[in-house]
Amino acid sequence: MTTTGAGTPQPSAEELRRRAVRQRQARRRTLVAGASSVVVLGALAALVVTSPGWPVVQETFFDWAYGREVLPAVFEGLLLNIRLTIIATVCIAVLGLGLALARTSTAAALAPLRILATVYVDLFRGVPTLLVILLVGFGVPALGLAGVTSSVVVLGTTAVILTYSAYVAEVLRSGILSVHPSQSAAARSLGLTAGQTLRHVVLPQGIRRVVPPLLNDFVSLLKDTGLISVLGVVDAIRAAQIESSRSFNYTPYVVAALLFLVLTIPLTRVTDRFMLRSIARQNAQVGV
Amino acid sequence: MSAAGPAAAGTTGPGTTTPVLAVDDVHKSFGTEQVLRGVSLAVPEHTVTVLIGASGSGKSTLLRCVNLLTRIDDGTIRLDGRDISDPEVDPDEVRRQIGMVFQSFNLFPHLRVLDNITLAPRRVHGVPRDRAEAAGLALLERFGLADKAQQYPDRLSGGQQQRVAIVRSLAVAPRLMLMDEVTSALDPVLVNEVLATVRELKGEGMTMVIATHEMGFASQVADEVCFLESGRILERGEPEQVLHDPHEPATRDFLRRVHEAGRL
Ligand SMILES: Nc1ncnc2c1ncn2[C@@H]1O[C@H](COP(=O)(O)OP(=O)(O)O)[C@@H](O)[C@H]1O
Ligand SMILES: [Mg+2]
Repeated sequence: MTTTGAGTPQPSAEELRRRAVRQRQARRRTLVAGASSVVVLGALAALVVTSPGWPVVQETFFDWAYGREVLPAVFEGLLLNIRLTIIATVCIAVLGLGLALARTSTAAALAPLRILATVYVDLFRGVPTLLVILLVGFGVPALGLAGVTSSVVVLGTTAVILTYSAYVAEVLRSGILSVHPSQSAAARSLGLTAGQTLRHVVLPQGIRRVVPPLLNDFVSLLKDTGLISVLGVVDAIRAAQIESSRSFNYTPYVVAALLFLVLTIPLTRVTDRFMLRSIARQNAQVGV
Repeated sequence: MSAAGPAAAGTTGPGTTTPVLAVDDVHKSFGTEQVLRGVSLAVPEHTVTVLIGASGSGKSTLLRCVNLLTRIDDGTIRLDGRDISDPEVDPDEVRRQIGMVFQSFNLFPHLRVLDNITLAPRRVHGVPRDRAEAAGLALLERFGLADKAQQYPDRLSGGQQQRVAIVRSLAVAPRLMLMDEVTSALDPVLVNEVLATVRELKGEGMTMVIATHEMGFASQVADEVCFLESGRILERGEPEQVLHDPHEPATRDFLRRVHEAGRL
Protein backbone atom coordinates (compact mmCIF):
# COMPACT_ATOMS: atom_id res chain seq x y z
CA MET A 1 0.00 0.00 0.00
CA THR A 2 2.66 2.50 1.01
CA THR A 3 5.30 1.57 -1.56
CA THR A 4 5.17 3.35 -4.88
CA GLY A 5 6.77 1.67 -7.89
CA ALA A 6 8.89 3.54 -10.41
CA GLY A 7 5.99 3.83 -12.90
CA THR A 8 3.17 4.64 -10.49
CA PRO A 9 2.32 8.28 -9.94
CA GLN A 10 2.80 9.90 -6.52
CA PRO A 11 -0.51 9.79 -4.61
CA SER A 12 -2.08 13.15 -3.98
CA ALA A 13 -2.31 14.66 -0.50
CA GLU A 14 -6.02 13.90 -0.48
CA GLU A 15 -5.36 10.22 -1.32
CA LEU A 16 -2.73 10.04 1.45
CA ARG A 17 -5.25 11.44 3.94
CA ARG A 18 -7.85 8.87 2.82
CA ARG A 19 -5.37 6.05 3.26
CA ALA A 20 -4.53 7.23 6.76
CA VAL A 21 -8.22 7.33 7.66
CA ARG A 22 -8.79 3.86 6.21
CA GLN A 23 -5.86 2.54 8.20
CA ARG A 24 -7.25 4.04 11.41
CA GLN A 25 -10.66 2.53 10.67
CA ALA A 26 -9.13 -0.90 10.02
CA ARG A 27 -7.16 -0.77 13.27
CA ARG A 28 -10.27 0.18 15.22
CA ARG A 29 -12.28 -2.68 13.65
CA THR A 30 -9.56 -5.23 14.48
CA LEU A 31 -9.45 -3.98 18.04
CA VAL A 32 -13.23 -4.22 18.46
CA ALA A 33 -13.37 -7.71 16.93
CA GLY A 34 -10.49 -8.93 19.09
CA ALA A 35 -11.93 -7.49 22.28
CA SER A 36 -15.38 -8.92 21.67
CA SER A 37 -13.91 -12.37 20.93
CA VAL A 38 -11.96 -12.31 24.19
CA VAL A 39 -15.03 -11.21 26.14
CA VAL A 40 -17.31 -13.88 24.64
CA LEU A 41 -14.83 -16.75 24.96
CA GLY A 42 -13.79 -15.60 28.43
CA ALA A 43 -17.40 -15.47 29.58
CA LEU A 44 -18.03 -18.97 28.22
CA ALA A 45 -14.90 -20.34 29.90
CA ALA A 46 -15.80 -18.65 33.17
CA LEU A 47 -19.31 -20.10 32.97
CA VAL A 48 -17.95 -23.62 32.46
CA VAL A 49 -15.17 -23.41 35.02
CA THR A 50 -17.39 -21.91 37.75
CA SER A 51 -20.24 -24.36 37.17
CA PRO A 52 -20.98 -26.64 40.14
CA GLY A 53 -20.12 -29.80 38.14
CA TRP A 54 -16.79 -28.52 36.75
CA PRO A 55 -14.41 -30.22 39.20
CA VAL A 56 -15.98 -33.60 38.42
CA VAL A 57 -16.03 -32.94 34.65
CA GLN A 58 -12.43 -31.82 34.73
CA GLU A 59 -11.44 -35.01 36.47
CA THR A 60 -13.39 -37.44 34.24
CA PHE A 61 -12.92 -35.68 30.85
CA PHE A 62 -9.72 -33.69 31.10
CA ASP A 63 -7.34 -35.84 33.10
CA TRP A 64 -4.26 -35.01 31.04
CA ALA A 65 -1.93 -37.42 32.80
CA TYR A 66 -4.31 -40.25 32.00
CA GLY A 67 -4.78 -38.85 28.52
CA ARG A 68 -1.06 -39.14 27.82
CA GLU A 69 -1.16 -42.71 29.07
CA VAL A 70 -3.91 -43.82 26.65
CA LEU A 71 -2.64 -41.77 23.71
CA PRO A 72 -0.60 -44.60 22.10
CA ALA A 73 -3.57 -47.00 22.09
CA VAL A 74 -5.98 -44.41 20.66
CA PHE A 75 -3.38 -43.31 18.12
CA GLU A 76 -2.93 -46.93 17.07
CA GLY A 77 -6.69 -47.05 16.47
CA LEU A 78 -6.57 -43.83 14.49
CA LEU A 79 -4.00 -45.34 12.14
CA LEU A 80 -6.62 -47.94 11.26
CA ASN A 81 -9.13 -45.15 10.53
CA ILE A 82 -6.60 -43.51 8.24
CA ARG A 83 -5.77 -46.76 6.45
CA LEU A 84 -9.43 -47.60 5.93
CA THR A 85 -10.12 -44.07 4.70
CA ILE A 86 -7.43 -44.36 2.05
CA ILE A 87 -8.59 -47.77 0.84
CA ALA A 88 -12.23 -46.68 0.89
CA THR A 89 -11.46 -43.48 -1.02
CA VAL A 90 -10.02 -45.45 -3.92
CA CYS A 91 -12.98 -47.85 -4.03
CA ILE A 92 -15.52 -45.01 -3.66
CA ALA A 93 -13.88 -43.04 -6.47
CA VAL A 94 -14.22 -46.01 -8.83
CA LEU A 95 -17.71 -47.08 -7.78
CA GLY A 96 -19.01 -43.51 -7.46
CA LEU A 97 -17.73 -42.55 -10.91
CA GLY A 98 -19.24 -45.71 -12.39
CA LEU A 99 -22.61 -44.90 -10.84
CA ALA A 100 -22.46 -41.27 -11.96
CA LEU A 101 -21.61 -42.29 -15.52
CA ALA A 102 -24.40 -44.87 -15.54
CA ARG A 103 -26.88 -42.28 -14.32
CA THR A 104 -25.84 -39.58 -16.82
CA SER A 105 -25.65 -41.95 -19.79
CA THR A 106 -28.20 -41.30 -22.52
CA ALA A 107 -27.73 -44.35 -24.72
CA ALA A 108 -30.94 -46.36 -25.02
CA ALA A 109 -29.05 -49.61 -24.59
CA LEU A 110 -27.91 -48.52 -21.13
CA ALA A 111 -31.41 -47.94 -19.77
CA PRO A 112 -31.31 -50.99 -17.44
CA LEU A 113 -27.98 -49.85 -16.04
CA ARG A 114 -29.38 -46.36 -15.54
CA ILE A 115 -32.35 -47.69 -13.60
CA LEU A 116 -30.15 -49.97 -11.51
CA ALA A 117 -27.82 -47.10 -10.63
CA THR A 118 -30.75 -44.87 -9.70
CA VAL A 119 -32.22 -47.52 -7.41
CA TYR A 120 -28.80 -48.07 -5.83
CA VAL A 121 -28.27 -44.38 -5.16
CA ASP A 122 -31.77 -43.91 -3.73
CA LEU A 123 -31.31 -46.91 -1.48
CA PHE A 124 -27.92 -46.11 -0.02
CA ARG A 125 -28.52 -42.41 0.33
CA GLY A 126 -31.75 -43.07 2.13
CA VAL A 127 -30.55 -45.47 4.81
CA PRO A 128 -28.45 -44.20 7.75
CA THR A 129 -24.79 -45.22 7.39
CA LEU A 130 -24.83 -46.85 10.81
CA LEU A 131 -27.72 -49.11 9.77
CA VAL A 132 -25.93 -50.17 6.58
CA ILE A 133 -22.87 -51.03 8.66
CA LEU A 134 -24.94 -53.11 11.08
CA LEU A 135 -26.85 -54.87 8.32
CA VAL A 136 -23.74 -55.71 6.29
CA GLY A 137 -21.55 -56.43 9.32
CA PHE A 138 -23.98 -58.81 10.98
CA GLY A 139 -26.17 -59.84 8.04
CA VAL A 140 -23.57 -61.05 5.57
CA PRO A 141 -21.81 -63.46 7.98
CA ALA A 142 -25.25 -64.78 9.00
CA LEU A 143 -25.86 -65.81 5.39
CA GLY A 144 -22.98 -68.23 5.78
CA LEU A 145 -21.95 -67.90 2.14
CA ALA A 146 -18.88 -69.92 1.24
CA GLY A 147 -15.87 -67.82 0.29
CA VAL A 148 -17.32 -64.60 1.66
CA THR A 149 -15.26 -62.98 4.36
CA SER A 150 -16.57 -62.65 7.89
CA SER A 151 -13.90 -60.11 8.86
CA VAL A 152 -15.71 -57.21 10.50
CA VAL A 153 -13.07 -54.75 9.28
CA VAL A 154 -13.66 -55.75 5.67
CA LEU A 155 -17.44 -55.88 6.03
CA GLY A 156 -17.61 -52.59 7.90
CA THR A 157 -15.44 -50.85 5.35
CA THR A 158 -17.50 -52.35 2.55
CA ALA A 159 -20.63 -50.89 4.12
CA VAL A 160 -19.03 -47.45 4.31
CA ILE A 161 -17.89 -47.75 0.68
CA LEU A 162 -21.39 -48.73 -0.44
CA THR A 163 -22.94 -45.71 1.27
CA TYR A 164 -20.37 -43.13 0.27
CA SER A 165 -20.33 -44.28 -3.35
CA ALA A 166 -23.96 -43.22 -3.52
CA TYR A 167 -23.14 -39.74 -2.13
CA VAL A 168 -20.11 -39.28 -4.34
CA ALA A 169 -22.01 -40.50 -7.40
CA GLU A 170 -24.56 -37.73 -6.91
CA VAL A 171 -21.90 -35.08 -6.47
CA LEU A 172 -20.08 -36.25 -9.60
CA ARG A 173 -23.33 -36.42 -11.53
CA SER A 174 -24.15 -32.81 -10.68
CA GLY A 175 -20.65 -31.85 -11.86
CA ILE A 176 -21.06 -33.71 -15.15
CA LEU A 177 -24.48 -32.15 -15.75
CA SER A 178 -23.15 -28.67 -15.02
CA VAL A 179 -20.90 -28.75 -18.11
CA HIS A 180 -22.76 -26.87 -20.83
CA PRO A 181 -23.96 -29.03 -23.76
CA SER A 182 -22.18 -26.68 -26.18
CA GLN A 183 -18.90 -28.15 -24.91
CA SER A 184 -20.02 -31.61 -26.00
CA ALA A 185 -21.28 -30.24 -29.30
CA ALA A 186 -17.87 -28.67 -29.96
CA ALA A 187 -16.06 -31.89 -29.10
CA ARG A 188 -18.37 -34.06 -31.17
CA SER A 189 -18.09 -31.73 -34.16
CA LEU A 190 -14.32 -32.23 -34.01
CA GLY A 191 -14.98 -35.94 -34.50
CA LEU A 192 -14.45 -37.08 -30.91
CA THR A 193 -16.61 -40.06 -29.99
CA ALA A 194 -19.05 -39.89 -27.10
CA GLY A 195 -16.51 -41.69 -24.90
CA GLN A 196 -13.64 -39.42 -25.88
CA THR A 197 -15.82 -36.36 -25.31
CA LEU A 198 -16.67 -37.58 -21.82
CA ARG A 199 -13.08 -38.45 -20.99
CA HIS A 200 -11.29 -35.39 -22.38
CA VAL A 201 -13.88 -32.60 -22.25
CA VAL A 202 -16.81 -33.22 -19.91
CA LEU A 203 -15.26 -35.12 -16.99
CA PRO A 204 -12.21 -32.88 -16.48
CA GLN A 205 -14.45 -29.82 -16.26
CA GLY A 206 -17.25 -31.47 -14.30
CA ILE A 207 -14.98 -33.00 -11.67
CA ARG A 208 -13.04 -29.78 -11.18
CA ARG A 209 -16.26 -27.97 -10.32
CA VAL A 210 -17.18 -30.43 -7.57
CA VAL A 211 -13.81 -30.67 -5.85
CA PRO A 212 -15.02 -28.70 -2.79
CA PRO A 213 -18.05 -30.94 -2.08
CA LEU A 214 -15.88 -34.01 -2.74
CA LEU A 215 -13.37 -32.80 -0.15
CA ASN A 216 -16.27 -32.30 2.26
CA ASP A 217 -17.31 -35.89 1.69
CA PHE A 218 -13.73 -36.98 2.27
CA VAL A 219 -13.70 -35.34 5.71
CA SER A 220 -17.03 -36.99 6.55
CA LEU A 221 -15.68 -40.32 5.36
CA LEU A 222 -12.67 -40.05 7.64
CA LYS A 223 -14.98 -39.47 10.59
CA ASP A 224 -17.51 -42.10 9.54
CA THR A 225 -14.91 -44.87 9.38
CA GLY A 226 -15.26 -44.57 13.17
CA LEU A 227 -18.80 -45.91 12.89
CA ILE A 228 -17.52 -49.40 12.17
CA SER A 229 -16.39 -49.53 15.79
CA VAL A 230 -19.94 -50.78 16.47
CA LEU A 231 -18.86 -54.06 14.87
CA GLY A 232 -16.05 -54.37 17.39
CA VAL A 233 -13.30 -53.11 15.09
CA VAL A 234 -10.61 -51.49 17.22
CA ASP A 235 -10.29 -48.07 15.62
CA ALA A 236 -9.65 -44.82 17.48
CA ILE A 237 -13.17 -44.65 18.91
CA ARG A 238 -13.26 -48.28 19.99
CA ALA A 239 -9.78 -47.98 21.51
CA ALA A 240 -10.93 -44.95 23.49
CA GLN A 241 -14.02 -46.84 24.58
CA ILE A 242 -11.94 -49.79 25.82
CA GLU A 243 -9.61 -47.52 27.75
CA SER A 244 -12.41 -45.49 29.28
CA SER A 245 -14.40 -48.51 30.39
CA ARG A 246 -11.35 -49.81 32.21
CA SER A 247 -11.02 -46.67 34.29
CA PHE A 248 -14.49 -45.10 34.25
CA ASN A 249 -12.81 -41.98 32.94
CA TYR A 250 -13.86 -40.29 29.67
CA THR A 251 -10.57 -38.58 28.90
CA PRO A 252 -9.76 -41.15 26.13
CA TYR A 253 -12.81 -39.92 24.18
CA VAL A 254 -11.51 -36.37 24.39
CA VAL A 255 -8.12 -37.62 23.21
CA ALA A 256 -9.76 -39.35 20.25
CA ALA A 257 -11.73 -36.21 19.44
CA LEU A 258 -8.56 -34.10 19.50
CA LEU A 259 -6.77 -36.57 17.22
CA PHE A 260 -9.61 -36.42 14.70
CA LEU A 261 -9.52 -32.62 14.84
CA VAL A 262 -5.81 -32.60 14.10
CA LEU A 263 -6.62 -34.44 10.87
CA THR A 264 -9.85 -32.73 9.87
CA ILE A 265 -9.15 -29.06 10.58
CA PRO A 266 -6.40 -28.74 7.95
CA LEU A 267 -8.64 -30.61 5.51
CA THR A 268 -11.59 -28.31 6.10
CA ARG A 269 -9.33 -25.27 5.73
CA VAL A 270 -8.09 -26.60 2.37
CA THR A 271 -11.68 -27.31 1.31
CA ASP A 272 -12.64 -23.76 2.20
CA ARG A 273 -9.83 -22.33 0.11
CA PHE A 274 -10.76 -24.54 -2.85
CA MET A 275 -14.37 -23.50 -2.61
CA LEU A 276 -13.59 -19.78 -2.56
CA ARG A 277 -11.21 -20.16 -5.47
CA SER A 278 -13.72 -22.16 -7.46
CA ILE A 279 -16.43 -19.56 -6.86
CA ALA A 280 -14.07 -16.79 -7.89
CA ARG A 281 -13.20 -18.63 -11.09
CA GLN A 282 -16.83 -19.22 -11.93
CA ASN A 283 -17.63 -15.55 -11.39
CA ALA A 284 -14.73 -14.56 -13.61
CA GLN A 285 -16.14 -16.68 -16.43
CA VAL A 286 -19.53 -14.98 -16.47
CA GLY A 287 -18.44 -12.08 -18.69
CA VAL A 288 -17.13 -13.29 -22.05
CA MET B 1 -20.53 -50.44 -35.95
CA SER B 2 -21.01 -49.99 -39.70
CA ALA B 3 -18.29 -51.02 -42.09
CA ALA B 4 -18.53 -47.71 -43.93
CA GLY B 5 -15.14 -46.05 -43.98
CA PRO B 6 -13.71 -42.94 -45.57
CA ALA B 7 -13.22 -44.95 -48.77
CA ALA B 8 -16.99 -44.96 -49.22
CA ALA B 9 -16.91 -41.22 -49.97
CA GLY B 10 -17.10 -39.94 -53.54
CA THR B 11 -19.12 -42.68 -55.14
CA THR B 12 -19.25 -40.96 -58.50
CA GLY B 13 -16.45 -41.30 -61.01
CA PRO B 14 -13.68 -38.79 -61.60
CA GLY B 15 -14.38 -35.78 -63.73
CA THR B 16 -17.96 -35.33 -62.53
CA THR B 17 -18.73 -32.33 -60.40
CA THR B 18 -20.27 -33.80 -57.27
CA PRO B 19 -20.87 -30.98 -54.81
CA VAL B 20 -19.06 -31.35 -51.49
CA LEU B 21 -22.37 -30.84 -49.73
CA ALA B 22 -25.78 -31.60 -51.16
CA VAL B 23 -28.83 -31.01 -48.99
CA ASP B 24 -32.05 -32.26 -50.52
CA ASP B 25 -35.54 -31.45 -49.26
CA VAL B 26 -34.58 -31.59 -45.59
CA HIS B 27 -37.30 -31.34 -42.96
CA LYS B 28 -36.91 -30.91 -39.23
CA SER B 29 -39.43 -30.26 -36.47
CA PHE B 30 -38.99 -29.70 -32.76
CA GLY B 31 -42.25 -30.94 -31.28
CA THR B 32 -44.98 -29.28 -33.31
CA GLU B 33 -42.73 -26.46 -34.54
CA GLN B 34 -41.55 -27.00 -38.12
CA VAL B 35 -38.07 -25.50 -38.17
CA LEU B 36 -36.86 -26.73 -41.59
CA ARG B 37 -39.50 -27.16 -44.28
CA GLY B 38 -37.88 -28.65 -47.34
CA VAL B 39 -34.46 -27.06 -47.59
CA SER B 40 -32.25 -27.91 -50.56
CA LEU B 41 -28.69 -26.73 -51.06
CA ALA B 42 -25.68 -27.65 -53.19
CA VAL B 43 -22.22 -26.44 -52.26
CA PRO B 44 -19.56 -27.17 -54.92
CA GLU B 45 -15.93 -27.58 -53.91
CA HIS B 46 -14.03 -24.35 -53.12
CA THR B 47 -17.21 -22.31 -52.91
CA VAL B 48 -18.87 -20.48 -50.05
CA THR B 49 -22.60 -20.50 -49.40
CA VAL B 50 -23.85 -17.83 -47.01
CA LEU B 51 -27.11 -18.29 -45.11
CA ILE B 52 -28.93 -15.14 -44.10
CA GLY B 53 -32.26 -14.78 -42.37
CA ALA B 54 -33.90 -13.53 -39.24
CA SER B 55 -33.25 -15.05 -35.87
CA GLY B 56 -35.21 -18.28 -35.60
CA SER B 57 -35.37 -18.86 -39.36
CA GLY B 58 -33.50 -22.16 -39.00
CA LYS B 59 -29.88 -21.33 -39.93
CA SER B 60 -28.31 -22.96 -36.86
CA THR B 61 -30.59 -25.97 -37.12
CA LEU B 62 -29.60 -26.50 -40.76
CA LEU B 63 -25.89 -26.37 -39.89
CA ARG B 64 -26.36 -28.73 -36.95
CA CYS B 65 -28.23 -31.16 -39.21
CA VAL B 66 -25.38 -31.14 -41.72
CA ASN B 67 -22.95 -31.93 -38.90
CA LEU B 68 -25.26 -34.70 -37.65
CA LEU B 69 -25.57 -32.97 -34.27
CA THR B 70 -29.32 -32.91 -34.96
CA ARG B 71 -31.15 -35.72 -36.75
CA ILE B 72 -33.31 -34.74 -39.71
CA ASP B 73 -36.93 -35.87 -40.05
CA ASP B 74 -36.90 -36.24 -43.81
CA GLY B 75 -34.80 -35.61 -46.92
CA THR B 76 -31.16 -36.47 -47.56
CA ILE B 77 -27.80 -34.91 -46.90
CA ARG B 78 -24.83 -35.96 -49.00
CA LEU B 79 -21.18 -35.30 -48.34
CA ASP B 80 -19.07 -35.86 -51.44
CA GLY B 81 -21.96 -37.82 -52.86
CA ARG B 82 -22.32 -40.15 -49.91
CA ASP B 83 -25.66 -40.18 -48.13
CA ILE B 84 -24.78 -39.26 -44.53
CA SER B 85 -28.40 -39.29 -43.38
CA ASP B 86 -28.25 -43.09 -43.67
CA PRO B 87 -28.45 -44.59 -40.16
CA GLU B 88 -25.73 -47.07 -41.17
CA VAL B 89 -23.24 -44.21 -41.43
CA ASP B 90 -20.96 -43.61 -38.46
CA PRO B 91 -21.65 -40.00 -37.40
CA ASP B 92 -18.24 -39.64 -35.72
CA GLU B 93 -16.54 -40.52 -38.98
CA VAL B 94 -18.64 -37.95 -40.85
CA ARG B 95 -17.94 -35.19 -38.32
CA ARG B 96 -14.22 -35.77 -38.71
CA GLN B 97 -14.56 -34.41 -42.24
CA ILE B 98 -16.63 -31.38 -41.25
CA GLY B 99 -15.35 -28.49 -39.16
CA MET B 100 -17.80 -26.39 -37.20
CA VAL B 101 -17.32 -23.02 -35.53
CA PHE B 102 -19.93 -21.72 -33.12
CA GLN B 103 -21.22 -18.31 -32.14
CA SER B 104 -20.07 -18.89 -28.55
CA PHE B 105 -16.53 -20.11 -29.46
CA ASN B 106 -16.85 -23.19 -27.21
CA LEU B 107 -13.15 -23.51 -26.56
CA PHE B 108 -12.36 -26.06 -23.87
CA PRO B 109 -11.62 -23.85 -20.82
CA HIS B 110 -9.57 -26.50 -19.01
CA LEU B 111 -7.09 -26.87 -21.87
CA ARG B 112 -4.43 -24.47 -23.09
CA VAL B 113 -4.85 -23.05 -26.57
CA LEU B 114 -2.40 -25.52 -28.10
CA ASP B 115 -4.05 -28.48 -26.33
CA ASN B 116 -7.44 -27.28 -27.58
CA ILE B 117 -6.04 -27.51 -31.09
CA THR B 118 -4.21 -30.82 -30.78
CA LEU B 119 -7.00 -32.68 -28.95
CA ALA B 120 -8.78 -33.93 -32.06
CA PRO B 121 -5.66 -34.65 -34.15
CA ARG B 122 -4.20 -36.68 -31.28
CA ARG B 123 -7.28 -38.49 -30.00
CA VAL B 124 -9.27 -38.86 -33.18
CA HIS B 125 -6.60 -39.14 -35.84
CA GLY B 126 -3.90 -40.73 -33.72
CA VAL B 127 -1.25 -38.14 -34.58
CA PRO B 128 1.70 -38.38 -32.14
CA ARG B 129 1.90 -35.52 -29.68
CA ASP B 130 5.07 -33.84 -31.01
CA ARG B 131 3.81 -33.85 -34.58
CA ALA B 132 0.36 -32.62 -33.59
CA GLU B 133 1.90 -29.79 -31.58
CA ALA B 134 4.27 -28.79 -34.37
CA ALA B 135 1.34 -28.68 -36.80
CA GLY B 136 -0.81 -26.79 -34.29
CA LEU B 137 1.92 -24.22 -33.69
CA ALA B 138 2.38 -23.74 -37.41
CA LEU B 139 -1.35 -23.06 -37.78
CA LEU B 140 -1.34 -20.62 -34.85
CA GLU B 141 1.67 -18.90 -36.40
CA ARG B 142 -0.15 -18.52 -39.68
CA PHE B 143 -3.10 -16.82 -37.99
CA GLY B 144 -0.97 -14.60 -35.77
CA LEU B 145 -1.75 -16.46 -32.57
CA ALA B 146 1.57 -18.18 -31.89
CA ASP B 147 2.16 -16.20 -28.70
CA LYS B 148 -1.12 -17.52 -27.26
CA ALA B 149 -0.26 -21.21 -27.59
CA GLN B 150 0.39 -21.75 -23.88
CA GLN B 151 -2.45 -19.54 -22.60
CA TYR B 152 -5.77 -20.71 -21.23
CA PRO B 153 -8.76 -19.52 -23.30
CA ASP B 154 -10.07 -17.16 -20.60
CA ARG B 155 -6.91 -15.05 -20.99
CA LEU B 156 -7.81 -14.29 -24.61
CA SER B 157 -10.07 -11.62 -26.09
CA GLY B 158 -13.29 -12.81 -27.73
CA GLY B 159 -11.82 -12.28 -31.19
CA GLN B 160 -8.73 -14.29 -30.32
CA GLN B 161 -10.86 -17.06 -28.84
CA GLN B 162 -12.93 -17.29 -31.99
CA ARG B 163 -9.82 -17.37 -34.18
CA VAL B 164 -8.44 -20.17 -32.01
CA ALA B 165 -11.76 -22.00 -32.47
CA ILE B 166 -11.36 -21.64 -36.24
CA VAL B 167 -7.78 -22.92 -36.06
CA ARG B 168 -8.98 -25.82 -33.91
CA SER B 169 -11.44 -26.84 -36.65
CA LEU B 170 -8.78 -26.46 -39.32
CA ALA B 171 -6.35 -28.70 -37.47
CA VAL B 172 -8.18 -31.81 -38.64
CA ALA B 173 -8.09 -30.66 -42.28
CA PRO B 174 -11.86 -30.70 -42.82
CA ARG B 175 -13.47 -31.17 -46.20
CA LEU B 176 -16.15 -28.65 -45.31
CA MET B 177 -16.41 -25.85 -42.75
CA LEU B 178 -19.65 -24.73 -41.10
CA MET B 179 -19.69 -21.34 -39.40
CA ASP B 180 -22.63 -20.28 -37.27
CA GLU B 181 -22.72 -16.53 -36.65
CA VAL B 182 -19.09 -16.61 -35.63
CA THR B 183 -18.97 -12.86 -34.98
CA SER B 184 -22.31 -12.35 -33.23
CA ALA B 185 -20.87 -12.54 -29.74
CA LEU B 186 -18.07 -10.08 -30.48
CA ASP B 187 -17.44 -6.38 -30.04
CA PRO B 188 -17.60 -4.53 -33.36
CA VAL B 189 -13.86 -3.88 -33.10
CA LEU B 190 -13.10 -7.58 -32.78
CA VAL B 191 -15.43 -8.66 -35.59
CA ASN B 192 -12.99 -7.65 -38.30
CA GLU B 193 -10.09 -9.82 -37.20
CA VAL B 194 -12.34 -12.88 -37.27
CA LEU B 195 -13.83 -11.97 -40.64
CA ALA B 196 -10.32 -11.48 -42.01
CA THR B 197 -9.50 -15.01 -40.90
CA VAL B 198 -12.57 -16.40 -42.67
CA ARG B 199 -11.67 -14.45 -45.82
CA GLU B 200 -8.24 -16.01 -45.70
CA LEU B 201 -9.82 -19.47 -45.63
CA LYS B 202 -11.94 -18.52 -48.61
CA GLY B 203 -8.77 -17.45 -50.41
CA GLU B 204 -7.28 -20.87 -49.78
CA GLY B 205 -10.27 -22.54 -51.37
CA MET B 206 -11.99 -23.90 -48.27
CA THR B 207 -15.53 -25.04 -48.95
CA MET B 208 -17.80 -23.36 -46.41
CA VAL B 209 -21.37 -22.78 -45.33
CA ILE B 210 -21.62 -19.61 -43.27
CA ALA B 211 -24.56 -18.23 -41.33
CA THR B 212 -24.07 -14.53 -40.67
CA HIS B 213 -25.70 -11.15 -40.18
CA GLU B 214 -22.66 -9.32 -41.57
CA MET B 215 -23.99 -8.42 -45.01
CA GLY B 216 -20.85 -6.60 -46.18
CA PHE B 217 -18.81 -9.66 -45.36
CA ALA B 218 -21.42 -11.90 -47.01
CA SER B 219 -21.17 -10.05 -50.29
CA GLN B 220 -17.36 -10.36 -50.20
CA VAL B 221 -17.03 -14.08 -49.54
CA ALA B 222 -20.24 -15.64 -50.84
CA ASP B 223 -20.53 -17.49 -54.11
CA GLU B 224 -24.17 -18.03 -53.29
CA VAL B 225 -26.41 -16.33 -50.76
CA CYS B 226 -29.51 -18.11 -49.45
CA PHE B 227 -32.20 -16.20 -47.62
CA LEU B 228 -34.01 -18.40 -45.11
CA GLU B 229 -37.42 -17.61 -43.80
CA SER B 230 -39.39 -19.89 -41.48
CA GLY B 231 -37.39 -22.93 -42.49
CA ARG B 232 -37.52 -22.38 -46.25
CA ILE B 233 -35.00 -20.90 -48.65
CA LEU B 234 -37.11 -18.09 -50.01
CA GLU B 235 -34.53 -16.59 -52.31
CA ARG B 236 -31.06 -17.58 -53.49
CA GLY B 237 -28.50 -16.37 -55.96
CA GLU B 238 -25.33 -14.39 -56.46
CA PRO B 239 -24.57 -12.04 -53.57
CA GLU B 240 -24.91 -8.98 -55.84
CA GLN B 241 -28.43 -9.96 -56.75
CA VAL B 242 -29.79 -11.22 -53.41
CA LEU B 243 -28.19 -8.55 -51.24
CA HIS B 244 -28.62 -5.54 -53.52
CA ASP B 245 -31.52 -6.37 -55.81
CA PRO B 246 -33.70 -8.97 -54.10
CA HIS B 247 -36.77 -10.24 -55.92
CA GLU B 248 -38.75 -11.22 -52.85
CA PRO B 249 -40.47 -8.59 -50.71
CA ALA B 250 -39.56 -10.62 -47.59
CA THR B 251 -35.87 -10.51 -48.51
CA ARG B 252 -36.06 -6.77 -49.10
CA ASP B 253 -37.83 -6.34 -45.79
CA PHE B 254 -35.21 -8.37 -43.93
CA LEU B 255 -32.32 -6.48 -45.52
CA ARG B 256 -33.94 -3.18 -44.68
CA ARG B 257 -34.21 -4.21 -41.05
CA VAL B 258 -30.60 -5.34 -40.96
CA HIS B 259 -29.62 -2.08 -42.62
CA GLU B 260 -31.48 -0.11 -39.98
CA ALA B 261 -29.60 -2.05 -37.33
CA GLY B 262 -26.45 -0.63 -38.91
CA ARG B 263 -24.90 -3.76 -40.28
CA LEU B 264 -24.80 -3.11 -44.02
N1 LIG C 1 -33.12 -28.13 -29.60
C1 LIG C 1 -34.23 -27.42 -29.90
N2 LIG C 1 -35.40 -27.72 -29.31
C2 LIG C 1 -36.52 -27.02 -29.60
N3 LIG C 1 -36.56 -26.00 -30.47
C3 LIG C 1 -35.44 -25.64 -31.08
C4 LIG C 1 -34.20 -26.33 -30.82
N4 LIG C 1 -33.24 -25.76 -31.59
C5 LIG C 1 -33.84 -24.77 -32.27
N5 LIG C 1 -35.15 -24.69 -31.97
C6 LIG C 1 -36.12 -23.75 -32.56
O1 LIG C 1 -35.95 -23.79 -33.94
C7 LIG C 1 -36.14 -22.49 -34.49
C8 LIG C 1 -34.96 -22.16 -35.38
O2 LIG C 1 -33.83 -21.96 -34.56
P1 LIG C 1 -32.38 -21.75 -35.14
O3 LIG C 1 -32.08 -22.83 -36.10
O4 LIG C 1 -31.48 -21.60 -33.99
O5 LIG C 1 -32.54 -20.39 -35.92
P2 LIG C 1 -31.43 -19.32 -36.29
O6 LIG C 1 -30.10 -19.94 -36.12
O7 LIG C 1 -31.74 -18.96 -37.70
O8 LIG C 1 -31.65 -18.16 -35.39
C9 LIG C 1 -36.32 -21.54 -33.34
O9 LIG C 1 -37.67 -21.21 -33.23
C10 LIG C 1 -35.87 -22.32 -32.14
O10 LIG C 1 -36.63 -21.99 -31.03
MG1 LIG D 1 -28.56 -19.35 -34.82
